Amino acid sequence: MSDLQEFQPVIVGFLCNWCSYRAADLAGTSRMGYPATLRDIRIMCTGRLDPAFVLKALRGGADGVLIMGCHPGQCHYEEGNYKALRRVALLKRTLAQLGVEPERVQLGWASAAEGVVFAEKVAEMTEQIRALGPLRWGGNLADKANGNGTLAGVAAMDEEVVS
Amino acid sequence: MAEEKVGVYICHCGHNIAGTVDVEAVAEWAKDLPNVEVSTDYKFMCSSLGQELVEEDIREKGLTRVVVAACSPHMHEPTFRKACERAGLNPYLFEMANIREHASWVHADDPDAATEKTKAIVAGAVSRVVHHEPLDTLVVPVNEKTMVVGGGIAGINTALEIANAGYPVVLVEREPSIGGHMAQFDKTFPTLDCSACILTPKMFDVGNHPNIELMTYSEVENVEGYVGNFTVTIRQKARKINIEDCTGCGDCWERCPKKVVDTDYEAGLGYRTAVYRPFPQAVPKYPVIDVETCIYYDTGKCRACEKFCPTGAINFEQEDEVVMTKVGNIVLATGYDLFDCRRIPQYGFGRLANVFSSLEFERMTNASGPTGGKIVLRDGVTEPESVAIIHCVGSRDKNYNEYCSGICCMAALKFAHLIHEKTNAEVYNCYIDMRSAFKDYEEFYNRLMEEGTHFIRGRVAEVTDAARMPGEEGKLIVQVEDTLIGKQRRVPVDMVILMAAMEPRWDSVEVSHQFGIGCSAAGFFTEKHPKLDPIATMSDGVFIAGVAQGPKDIPLTVGQGAAAAARVLTLITTGEVEMEPVRATIDEARCSGCRICNNLCPYGAIDFLEEEAVSRVNPALCKGCGTCVAACPSQIITGAHFSYEQIMAEIEGVLWDMGNGQLVPDAQPVTESA
Amino acid sequence: MSENGKPKLALYWASSCGGCEISVLAVHEKILDVAEAFDIVFWPCVMDFKEKDVEAMADGEIDVCLFNGAIRNSENEHMAKLLRRKSKVMVAYGSCSHEGCMPGLANFFDREQMLNFIYVDSPSTDNPERVFPQVETEKPEGTLTLPEFYNTVKTLDQVVPVEYYLPGCPPEAQWTLAAVEAILSGELPPPGSVIGLDVTVCDECPRERSEKKITHFYRPYEIDPDPDICLLDQGLFCAGIATRAGCGALCPRVNMGCRGCYGPNEGVEDQGAKLIAGIASVIDARTPEDIDAILDTLPDPAGYFYRFSLAHSMLHRTALAEGDRTAQAIEEVPRLDPKLGT
Repeated sequence: MSDLQEFQPVIVGFLCNWCSYRAADLAGTSRMGYPATLRDIRIMCTGRLDPAFVLKALRGGADGVLIMGCHPGQCHYEEGNYKALRRVALLKRTLAQLGVEPERVQLGWASAAEGVVFAEKVAEMTEQIRALGPLRWGGNLADKANGNGTLAGVAAMDEEVVS
Repeated sequence: MAEEKVGVYICHCGHNIAGTVDVEAVAEWAKDLPNVEVSTDYKFMCSSLGQELVEEDIREKGLTRVVVAACSPHMHEPTFRKACERAGLNPYLFEMANIREHASWVHADDPDAATEKTKAIVAGAVSRVVHHEPLDTLVVPVNEKTMVVGGGIAGINTALEIANAGYPVVLVEREPSIGGHMAQFDKTFPTLDCSACILTPKMFDVGNHPNIELMTYSEVENVEGYVGNFTVTIRQKARKINIEDCTGCGDCWERCPKKVVDTDYEAGLGYRTAVYRPFPQAVPKYPVIDVETCIYYDTGKCRACEKFCPTGAINFEQEDEVVMTKVGNIVLATGYDLFDCRRIPQYGFGRLANVFSSLEFERMTNASGPTGGKIVLRDGVTEPESVAIIHCVGSRDKNYNEYCSGICCMAALKFAHLIHEKTNAEVYNCYIDMRSAFKDYEEFYNRLMEEGTHFIRGRVAEVTDAARMPGEEGKLIVQVEDTLIGKQRRVPVDMVILMAAMEPRWDSVEVSHQFGIGCSAAGFFTEKHPKLDPIATMSDGVFIAGVAQGPKDIPLTVGQGAAAAARVLTLITTGEVEMEPVRATIDEARCSGCRICNNLCPYGAIDFLEEEAVSRVNPALCKGCGTCVAACPSQIITGAHFSYEQIMAEIEGVLWDMGNGQLVPDAQPVTESA
Repeated sequence: MSENGKPKLALYWASSCGGCEISVLAVHEKILDVAEAFDIVFWPCVMDFKEKDVEAMADGEIDVCLFNGAIRNSENEHMAKLLRRKSKVMVAYGSCSHEGCMPGLANFFDREQMLNFIYVDSPSTDNPERVFPQVETEKPEGTLTLPEFYNTVKTLDQVVPVEYYLPGCPPEAQWTLAAVEAILSGELPPPGSVIGLDVTVCDECPRERSEKKITHFYRPYEIDPDPDICLLDQGLFCAGIATRAGCGALCPRVNMGCRGCYGPNEGVEDQGAKLIAGIASVIDARTPEDIDAILDTLPDPAGYFYRFSLAHSMLHRTALAEGDRTAQAIEEVPRLDPKLGT
């Protein structure tokens, strides 16, 4: 990575249809500025958040994952955010053992009226991830000490090996 | 998967998107995304021409999936879904990419970054839409009975409109009588109509209407079901009076020896007996025994009411009755509570005798109130020579409620007028701004100025009885900064009236949970859209009206009550309602009965079938939140339209440029082994 | 196919414990039928074949290769590729080759950390000169070679394409037989399939299950479990909820929680993710503090959830630092921000 270019984090966001997605919409209609680092995905409720989604995003090259939902007690589906809270808690503990810093997966709450909270959270998390540096999990899968990590690289080695 | 043909449409939205995002470049780039058959940009996709463009391409190019990159799906997803439907494509084979609210409008300072983000969002949508399945909406019948909760002016109006249209209504009211706060008022602004005179005919109509089942002294205990098909449980509390026998003659409360302060109807200004009728025009006319204060329940003695009742209607052993009924729609019109002025100790309410709350003053000026309509001090005799009316008590205050209650300025002017009318007192209105926005309100304000009211623009610092200057002895001193003259003033008065804020009911948060609707932090129920839909809520079939939705005056409340009725009547007359097909399905053949999902559903939509040892989702109860889908460790619960495959594809799509786990040559420098 | 018309069978063990070799024999007397039905051309554990025998074969000459063991070093990789070229059908036999299994747990570390521990730091090792195995060692007689020890353990299909998988540690006899019979009859499922059931262990488990509300996780020695009630209901970790069935729920039947050796259910990519989802969903707590308190009773979640499947999971291994490629786990256990309670 060139020193001239500041590292721009790539954060995948999961926003719930009723609160945080609308908060993001409100940030839009209010023309609030925030870093263009968040690539957001809509789910109906943070209760839909499958930990596999977070793993997929991290493996796919994201430097961080932001999950935002309704405040406790205000979930459109009553309790989905409590389930998200528990799953994210356990996921973060597991990820720490795999070397993923806790700040890379964050959970936050923003009601439909809180466009500011949403924008500020994205800005805050962007800086936190910037300080941590890129994650770019592809590098962990491709390990020169192994020879090569991908099937493409494997095919190259294949020609060397069987002679 | 069969080859899909995806049509991608990048909207300019005039300048809104195109002003920041390079829409042509994105449309060009999208041509190379997998499965994309057509990719183009257009000025206004939501226009009829834009929609026709999509429809034409579906018909002529055989598109099997459509992506429109434009504004938020909350804006136009229904628009484009309908366009697809018209062209013969299932509306759920459409996906919207939000590149306006989420890209162009928020990254205007960095057009390149906005364009890159747009690409990611579009790639996500294209990747996802290929996995969409055609879905059909679920159609359910609508029960024509409606439950209205709250018998104030809002609920009364709603009930009458629906009942007059010929449909049954059950009106549930917590207090022994309907009428709400409006029944406590003396006159209403700006017309100075007698509140009871305009309210009681409606109350009477409700009480006598063949289509209205009136359940007073009752509360909703449980709500289950979904739009068109709710099952509600209502607890009818025991009045301890057999209403079949009661004639409302009043002998019981006239004979009752136990007097208590009436903190409900009389707002603490007057008294009632333990067995009482809330007010003379109460509907229904039957009294109720207050078990907390009745001597019989305390000591077993007295029973005077029973002795004197000519029809033997007293029944001390009467029990609450729990009733279950089915309704199709629910309207919540539960009203408000008045701000407790004791929370502002410097105003002296509850400590200084002659500081009154606005509701107390309503009861005072009311001809049928505890003072017979006379404006007097707390001693019940002395007429005040000067009165201060303090606006914004508990409103517009970061310490209590930030919002403006909207009606207190007008009510304060009304009080000022009544004081002028009934006494010779000097009246001082201490206000911050004068909020007299609606029809004839400003004219009323002018009239009060002409009546010689003193207006002091300033927030009152304190009300005290500690005299410091001559002329203050024995008075209440209102300390206020008069900002128009830039001076601190100490205004000695005999009486102070506090214009207290309208607050949500003390249990509104609990009620909102019970009915499955949202509630703001303050406690007012959350409407579906603050501008365009203040009546509906996020829960289909549950509507809100009146101050329960937010502070407002009587005309607005009446209007909302009627609006709620109109919405309900739409559902009733249509007879059926379409439900979004976003819901979960368990593959029972592969369910191993681990039961992890069983207690996760907030709607009780998951049943465990003991014999088959599998779980099952009731599609009518499922609201599609996806919690069970995420939790299932076997991954055999499908979430329609938000399936595992669809979301995983979307994740891959948004990370289209990040290598997706493949070796990215420059991502990490590779080194020789140690 | 041999001249005698019998299909040619090869069995190989890479980085494994040998249990899968033995499990082939668990088919008991039917092994004789196997020996009858197949021409075994390569089985280093049991028969005296050499690598050059395989090299001498034509490509695709071996009809079926049952390959067990994970890919830990360069020899494993070499043999995997060699056998792949020489075999028509490659079967990843057992959890090591399917999911990584125990060798895969090495992916919590890196090579340097492992070799240091094994050859120097372990309590029972006395190696003050820090002698490590070398890939090449020059001796007067010639060059001795050892395979290169890789940083990351891989599963078989991360190295070569695989037609079928037989999950389990080891696979149960009935599934080995099912595979053998399928191969012999030619009625094989589509390539890439797992030969086994498509439900989870709960389906085979006789215990009674109720709605779950977990307030505490117990270690197996801490409580005496009720033999009739679901172990998870009692607070004992059991991976059965997210593990493919096929073993007959052997472990729960003897009062031990399922460890997850058959890997995830059909169609699931990451077993650990499903365990996190399922377990976390039924924790009976709503505030950040209460949630953390209950999770504190489940130490080493990654070990529990990825016990057999780490190498095959989405993240494969613990992150490696840029440059020196050291594995970097985060020691401090993340706790929830109390503000998330509002």
